Amino acid sequence: MKTINHLKKALLILSFLPSLAFATEGIQLDKAPIDVSDHGSLQRGARTFVNYCLNCHSANYMRYNRLLEIGLTEKQIKDNLLLAGEKVGETMKVAITKKDAIKWLGAAPPDLSVEVRARGADWVYTYMRGFYRDSTRPTGWNNTVFDKVGMPHVLYELQGEQTLNHETHELKLTKPGRLSIEEYDTLIGDLTNFMAYMAEPVKQQRNQLGWFVLLFLGVLLVLTYKLKKAYWKDIH
Amino acid sequence: MNYFTKLIGWVDERFPLTSNVKAHLTEYYAPKNFNFWYFFGSLALLVLVLQIITGIFLTMHYKPDAALAFASVEYIMRDVPWGWLIRYMHSTGASLFFVVVYLHMFRGLLYGSYRNPRELIWLFGVGIFLALMGEAFFGYLLPWGQMSYWGAQVITSLFGTVPFIGPDIAEWLRGDYLTSDATLNRFFAFHVIALPLVILGLVAAHILALHEVGSNNPDGVTIKKLKDKKTGIPLDGIPFHPYYSVKDLVGVVVFLMVFAVIIFFAPDMGGYFLEANNFVPADPLVTPAHIAPTWYFTPYYSILRAVPPIGISQFPGVAAMGLSVVVFALLPWLDRSPVKSIRYKGNLYKAWLAAFVISFLILGYLGTIPADTYGQFGAWLGKADIATVVARICSVVYFAFFFLMPWYSKKDKTKPVPERVTG
Repeated sequence: MKTINHLKKALLILSFLPSLAFATEGIQLDKAPIDVSDHGSLQRGARTFVNYCLNCHSANYMRYNRLLEIGLTEKQIKDNLLLAGEKVGETMKVAITKKDAIKWLGAAPPDLSVEVRARGADWVYTYMRGFYRDSTRPTGWNNTVFDKVGMPHVLYELQGEQTLNHETHELKLTKPGRLSIEEYDTLIGDLTNFMAYMAEPVKQQRNQLGWFVLLFLGVLLVLTYKLKKAYWKDIH
Repeated sequence: MNYFTKLIGWVDERFPLTSNVKAHLTEYYAPKNFNFWYFFGSLALLVLVLQIITGIFLTMHYKPDAALAFASVEYIMRDVPWGWLIRYMHSTGASLFFVVVYLHMFRGLLYGSYRNPRELIWLFGVGIFLALMGEAFFGYLLPWGQMSYWGAQVITSLFGTVPFIGPDIAEWLRGDYLTSDATLNRFFAFHVIALPLVILGLVAAHILALHEVGSNNPDGVTIKKLKDKKTGIPLDGIPFHPYYSVKDLVGVVVFLMVFAVIIFFAPDMGGYFLEANNFVPADPLVTPAHIAPTWYFTPYYSILRAVPPIGISQFPGVAAMGLSVVVFALLPWLDRSPVKSIRYKGNLYKAWLAAFVISFLILGYLGTIPADTYGQFGAWLGKADIATVVARICSVVYFAFFFLMPWYSKKDKTKPVPERVTG
C-alpha cells in the first residue's frame, strides 16, 4: 500500500514536470488594459491579488504600505488587506513553504513581485483568462498559454468553466460563474494592472521626472551651445 | 598676489600641478578640425566615471550572496531612496559604454588613428576594450537572474572547450563544478575592484600616450610638422582647454539627453538592456529555452556559433571568437596604405570597410536570435539553417577585412594628402 502511495506521488510530481518550463511560443496574447495611473483599477486589482493570489504566491519585494501610493489609507490596508496579523510595513509574504508547495502542488508557485516584467502584462492577462477543463490533468485544469500548467483555476467560481475546442483552438464558456464574461475580463484587467504596477512601482514617478530632466538638459544644451559658439568665433 | 595664487604657488613647489594642467589641458594643442566622431573619447571617460560612482552606491546595498543577490537588487529598486535611478543609470550606462566605445573605435578605423606613431595608444585601447568586456560579463552575473546565471554558465563553459586543460580552467574560473555562490562572490570581486583598477590604469596610459604624440584628425595630417616660428604652436592646433572642453560639454549634454530618455522612459530598451528572463531568479535546475548574451557581445557570439565543430570539439568556434576580438590589436601592422584617413583612401578600402561594418551589424543581430529563426535551406545545401549560413558568410567577411588588409590597403588608389587640415 505504501509503495503504491509513493508511486502515485511520484507520478503526480512527474506529470507536473513539464509545467516547470516556460512554454508560450506561438500563442496569440490579448492586449492587457494597463493604466497605472488609474487608482481605482489598481485598488480593485490589489484586493483580488491579496484575496486570491496571495495564498500560494508571495510578493516578497512588495510592501503593504507602498499601497498608500495608489490612494489607500493605512486603515484601509490594515482592515482589508492584512488578514493574518501582518504589520503594514511588511512585504507580501505567504505562509506556504517551498517544500510543502512542491509536495502539494508539484512545483513551488513563483513569487509574483516582478512577474509582469518577466513575462509581460499581456501574458498574465491572457493566462488568467485561459483556463479550461481538461480531465487528463491531475487538477482537472489546463491553460491555453501555459500548457500542462501546475496551477489549478483558482478563480473558477467567478469565471465559470471553459472548454477548449481542439480544432479551432477557441475557448467556450460552458458553465457560467458568478461573473459575466465582461465582468471577469475587467476583474483580470484590474489584477494585471495591479501586478504591472507592483512589478515596478516607481514607473510613473520615473516617467514624470523624465520630462523635467529633459527640460533641464534642453536649457543646458542651449547654454552650452552658445558658450561653444562664443569661444569658437575666432577659430577658422 | 591674492590668496588663491599664493596657494597654487605653494602647491606647485611641492607637486607638478600647473605644469600638468598646461601639458594636458591649456597647452595641449589639438587639431582644430575635430568632427562628430571625436566626441566619443571624452564621452567614454564620462561614462566610466558615471559607472564608478553609481557602482559605489549600488555596492552599499547589494549583497553578493546567491541567496540574497536577486532580492537585494529589487530592494535597491524599491526601498533604497533613488535606488532605482542609480540602478538604471548603471544598467543603461553599461550598454551605452559599449555604444560609445564602438563609435570611438570606428573613428579609429575611419581616420587611421592606430597608425604610426599611435600604435601604443591603439594597443592600450584594445586592452581597455578587453577589460571592459570582462567587466560587463562579471557585472552581468550580479543580479542573479536566469540570464545572469545561464549566461555565466555558457561563457565559463567556453573555456572548458580548450583541449586537455579546458575543464580544469572552467572549474577554476567558477570555483565550483557549476555556476554557484562561489562564482558570484569572485565575479563580484572582479567586477568591483580588479577590473576597474585595470581599466583605470589602461585609460591613464591611453591618454598619456595620446598626449605624448598628439591627436590624429579627420585628415590624418600631422599638425606638429607646421608650427608657428615664434611661439612653436602648431598652426592647425588649438588648446584643448577652453576650445575642446566647451565643445565636448555640448556633446556631454546631448549624450545625457539620450541617456535620460532611456533611463526614464525605456530602461529595458525592449529587452536589449534588461532582459525579461533576468527578472526570474537564477535556477540551476531550469535551463532557459533561448540563452543569448547581451547585445554588445552578440557579433562575437554569432562567430562562435557560425564556426562548425571539429568532431565533437567546439574549440574552433571559441578560438575564432577570441580571435575576432583580439584581431583589432593587429590593425597598425595590417594597414599598409600610404595615407591614414578615409578621406584620401580609395574605393577599394572604402568598400572593405563598408562590408566589414555591415557584416558586424548582421552578426550582431543574428547573435540575438535562435539559429532556426529563418528556417532551413533545402536539401541542396544540406538543410543548413539560413541564419547560420548568413553568419558564416559574414564571419568570413569579418576576418577577410583584417587579414586581406595588407594586400588591398597597398593596392588601393589613394588621393594626395594636403599639407594642412581642411576643416
